[in-house]
Amino acid sequence: MSLMNLVEEEQLNKNLDPFKVGDTLKVHVIIREGNKERIQIFRGDVIAKRRTGAGATFTVRKISFGVGVERVFPLHSKMIKKIEVVRHGKVRRAKLYYLRHLKGKAARLKEAR
Amino acid sequence: MVEGLIGRKIGITQNFDEQGNVFPVTVIQAGPCMIFQKKTGKKDGYSSIQIGFIEEKGRKKPNKPLTGHSEKAGVPPPKILREFRFIEQAEVKVGDQFFVDIFEKGEKVHITGRSKGKGFAGVIKRWGYHGGKASHGSMFHRRPGSIGASAYPSRVFKGKKLPGHLGDNKVTVRNLTVVRADKENNLLVVKGAIPGANGGYLLIKKANFEPTAVPAKSTPSDEKKTEDKKTEDKK
Repeated sequence: MSLMNLVEEEQLNKNLDPFKVGDTLKVHVIIREGNKERIQIFRGDVIAKRRTGAGATFTVRKISFGVGVERVFPLHSKMIKKIEVVRHGKVRRAKLYYLRHLKGKAARLKEAR
Repeated sequence: MVEGLIGRKIGITQNFDEQGNVFPVTVIQAGPCMIFQKKTGKKDGYSSIQIGFIEEKGRKKPNKPLTGHSEKAGVPPPKILREFRFIEQAEVKVGDQFFVDIFEKGEKVHITGRSKGKGFAGVIKRWGYHGGKASHGSMFHRRPGSIGASAYPSRVFKGKKLPGHLGDNKVTVRNLTVVRADKENNLLVVKGAIPGANGGYLLIKKANFEPTAVPAKSTPSDEKKTEDKKTEDKK
């Protein structure tokens, strides 16, 4: 597997802050419009992290104007400039898909201390 | 110099390009390969070179002919030997080694492997038939249907697509782009998928290889020589 690691190693985005499922993040995404580049911030809770290595992804969920929005980011994508951890959530499972069925106050996560 | 190398499939992963797009890549351990025999038109009726894949572990129990054959080249018996074309003007000797640096980044290659065996497969998996309804009283699920009507043709045409063994074939994927060729680690990375399971042996060949072409490295000096001669002649 060492050759695999060699190829994957240089793809990895090593400058990112570590985060866990249940954390609230601000994901700084590079948006290209023609020749212009700007940064858009996607703020929400991490509800899943999948796979390891170069193919790793994470899912961020937020409520936008009363509508649930989920976005799946490749963890090592070059379009992710920065990840800010706003808050650590206290959760007891690895995938928080149950949040999709909850609304309002019930869909909050307790802060981890 | 030589048309290609022997390699081993290590696995598949993904890379990001400058635009941030993801594309699949296959990681191959390619080479080093050593020339075991040089076949010539005079002796063998055609010209080629026979190369062997040098690995940490060679063949466990080589038979006597193979042992003798590899003793001539001066290396332990390899697990795999294959013949390749080569540029005839190039001087190659038995015992010469080739590394992955015969490929360049951005170059196109053809890769031959042995596909994964699927066993005895039905017509849906093997030929892409659509199959019948799953429910609503249908009793026709994954069958091939009629294979030859009673009045005409009252026989089954040759080559009719029917169930049978699928996979475990020699498969060549053409024009794959080389993403990375790293001589130090004998590492070749190509864009896209290649046949076979991880650990399978592969033949990697240059897509546009001309066995009669003059090797690229020696062309400038050759030209100079001819030019010099011409000028001398004029004088």
